[in-house]
This record gives sequence, structure tokens and C-alpha cells, in this order.
Amino acid sequence: MSTPASPQTSADLTPTPAQTVGPFYGYALPFPDGEKLVDRSHPDAIRLHGTVYDGDGVPVPDALLEIWQADGQGRISAEHGSLIRDGYTFTGWGRTPVDNVGRFRFTTVDPGPTEEGRAPFILLTVFARGLLDRLFTRIYLPEDTGALAADPLLSSLPEERRRTLIAAREEDGDLRFDVHLQGAEETVFLQYPNTPQVTGPVTG
Amino acid sequence: MAETDTDPDAAKASQDEISAEMREIHDVYRRSRDDGGPEETSARMNFPPYRSSLLRSPTKSLHHTDPEEIELHSPAFGERDVRTLESDLTIQHGGEPIGERIVVTGRIVDGDGRPIRHQLVEVWQANAAGRYVHKRDQHPAPIDPNFTGVGRTITGPDGEYTFTTIKPAPYPWKNHYNAWRPAHIHFSLFGTDFTQRLITQMYFPGDPLFDLDPIYQSITDQSARDRLVAAYDHSVANHEWNTGYRWDIVLSGSSRTWFESDAASDEEH
Repeated sequence: MSTPASPQTSADLTPTPAQTVGPFYGYALPFPDGEKLVDRSHPDAIRLHGTVYDGDGVPVPDALLEIWQADGQGRISAEHGSLIRDGYTFTGWGRTPVDNVGRFRFTTVDPGPTEEGRAPFILLTVFARGLLDRLFTRIYLPEDTGALAADPLLSSLPEERRRTLIAAREEDGDLRFDVHLQGAEETVFLQYPNTPQVTGPVTG
Repeated sequence: MAETDTDPDAAKASQDEISAEMREIHDVYRRSRDDGGPEETSARMNFPPYRSSLLRSPTKSLHHTDPEEIELHSPAFGERDVRTLESDLTIQHGGEPIGERIVVTGRIVDGDGRPIRHQLVEVWQANAAGRYVHKRDQHPAPIDPNFTGVGRTITGPDGEYTFTTIKPAPYPWKNHYNAWRPAHIHFSLFGTDFTQRLITQMYFPGDPLFDLDPIYQSITDQSARDRLVAAYDHSVANHEWNTGYRWDIVLSGSSRTWFESDAASDEEH
């Protein structure tokens, strides 16, 4: 077929398409302590963990996850230092590959609401071999039921879809959040304004 | 359509079968465009010729959401995160890597043309024989002890980036029988907003494998596919040292409210 008649120039402001992260990001994107937004010894440290599943309910062993969140007081960090962590600076961002059985874990803190009265959440980006574009979702903390009920995103969803976005609090304080890329329990994935994405055929 | 094998390593279908599947999807798209249907500027997440997409793409519509405060911000990276030398993939070991030394350079802007300043760009790629330094890559091509194929940089004040590397080769994979990926460099990008996060692949002009590749062809629109192809740019070449390619990248639009003062304060950052 053709090579481009004219290379992309800055005059063309159509967003560049995504392509899959592929199978071989493992030696390139993960970095030491990528999953530790805070050290385990931090007094408010929690583990955010779960499993990524495909449409057959089989764990996905080659996904890469990133989270982005406010700190415990709802402040949004502008600090550098995510890639080379000093153990003290809260940058609000983390990255981890899943393990061989699709599990992931981050060490972080519960985010505070960025505005008074809003439901706090952690943002999650999912990349995987087989996934041609990234997927965005939110991981809501389960506690503030009033704020959850008033949340514009959650209240726009039917119950069986809404619950895919709310993490479970475990007895030891950890947060559990599973990701279902497809199927009956499919996680609600988000599309933002100005952010083109094409799913292909959809059923609902 | 006959039942499709969802095992990504089955390598059962022939190239002709995969090509016919791709042609059919593209024909439907073109007819839809001719009838005034929407332009698809992204890859289709559900693209059956790419077998691995079958069980890993959402089957429900993405949910339209207005960004909240945190989504209008992005993680910040700087010199603390990335050493200057990490943008040269040819100097990470004791000797010169084998292959064609190239410089890849370009600008990163958002959907309104604003440069993405002081932000992280990560790249990774196969070597000049089509082999990745990854334990899952079983392709029996040589590993180059002088080439890892991983680089990082922080963009400049005009959104510019530059990497020095080796031109990667095509490599085989098991999507179907005798499947080969066009040569490419993986790019990972951040913007000013969380929602602009992008991972993609840059290709080289004139690659004969374009038509055959279901990952590249998962972008159904020819002009959108073209946006992933770098241009050869001789002004980037250096005498007796390297040839050069230019590839500009556009992230999606920012949803922030921007003021003139934002640009000014950013300069001082």
C-alpha cells in the first residue's frame, strides 16, 4: 500500500493513534519500586491489589498497570522522582507489571478527595499485549457511601456496572480491585472528551 | 465468520486468510465513510485478525466521563528521573552496537498544538537482527551484547525529543503462520493531562510488511495509519555518523482551562 504522501506535520493536530504495548515491555517499562508510591513502613501504607482477567475469566499474565492519585489530604503532587524513588517524596504515580498469574500490587495510601465532599478514587490505566489502546478506569474507595451515591460517574451507571468501579476493603486495610477486560463482569472503562478511542463492535 | 481461534500462539491461519479478514473490515469501514460514517483515528481495540485482541478488548461501550481535577493533571518527571545519556541507546555498553545508526527526532504537541514540555518519553525496540532483550522473545536471531534497546528522555521547551539508536529489524510472531511485524520502535508518552497517556509504535517509511500486519492494520483509516510512519529527514543525518528520521506526535486534547500565564510559568519550571 502507500507510504504517507506527506509526513505528519504539526499542522495536522489529529491525535496520533495508539498501538499495543506488546509482549516485550518487561525489560523496558517496569523499574525498581515502581509499585511503591509510599514505602511499606509509611504509617498509612495500604496494599492495593487484584488480578487482571480476560474474557474467559483467565488471568492475563502480560498486562502493565499504572495508577495516578492524590495524597491522603487530596493534594495532587507535581513532584518529580517517580522513576528513581527516594522513599520520601509522594509523586502520586506508580507502575507495575502483573505477575505470571495476572496479579498486581501497589503500596500506596488512601487518596483524599480533591474537592470537599467528592468521592475519592485512584485512576488506573491498563496496557496489555492484545490490547490495542490503553484503558482508563477509576478505583473508588468504598467508605464514603454518601459521596459515592452523589458521584456523577457512579450515579450514571446501573448497579451491576457501578460495582465494578468500587474497591473492596479487606480486614487488614488493604484494597482489592480486580480488572475484567471483557465479559459479564467487565470493568467500566472510561472515555474522556477530546480522547478518541475505538472499541470495535460492542454489545452494550 | 468461522469460529476464530483465540490462542494467540496457535499460528494456524495463513497470511492470506488474515489478509482477507483485514480487507473485509477495511472495506466495511471505507463503505461506512463513503456513506458519511465517522472517521476512525485510533486503533480498533477489537480487531479479530489480531488474535490476542479477541478476549482482551472491552465488549461494552466505553463510558463517557467528564474529567475531575486529578484527571486534568499528569505525573511530573524531570532530570531527577532521567539521565541525559539515556536518550542514546548506542552507548549503554562497552562497544558499538551492530546495525544502522539512526537519530529519531520530533516534537510532541497536544491536540491544540501546545508543545508538551518537560515530560517523559520512553522507547524500546528490537535490535538490528529483530531480537528483543526479553526472556519471552524466543526468535533465534542474535542478541547484541552492546544493545539493550531501551531509552528515555525528557522533552525540551518546545516539546522536542531526540533519540540516537540502531534501526530495528522486523521479527516473526505467532499471530498466524509466517507472521512478521514491520520494524518499529515502541513509544510511551505522557501529556499535561492524565487522559493524554499514549503508548504506540513508530514505523519506518516504505516497509513492505505494512499491508500484512494486523497490529498496524487495526487502524482502519489509511491517513490515521500514516500518522505512525516517520519521515526520512536528511537534515537529521550527520556526516559519517548516522541517518535520521523525523516523527512528530500529537496527544489528545487537553481539557484544562489554559491561560497565557501557564505557558510563562512553565518556562521557568
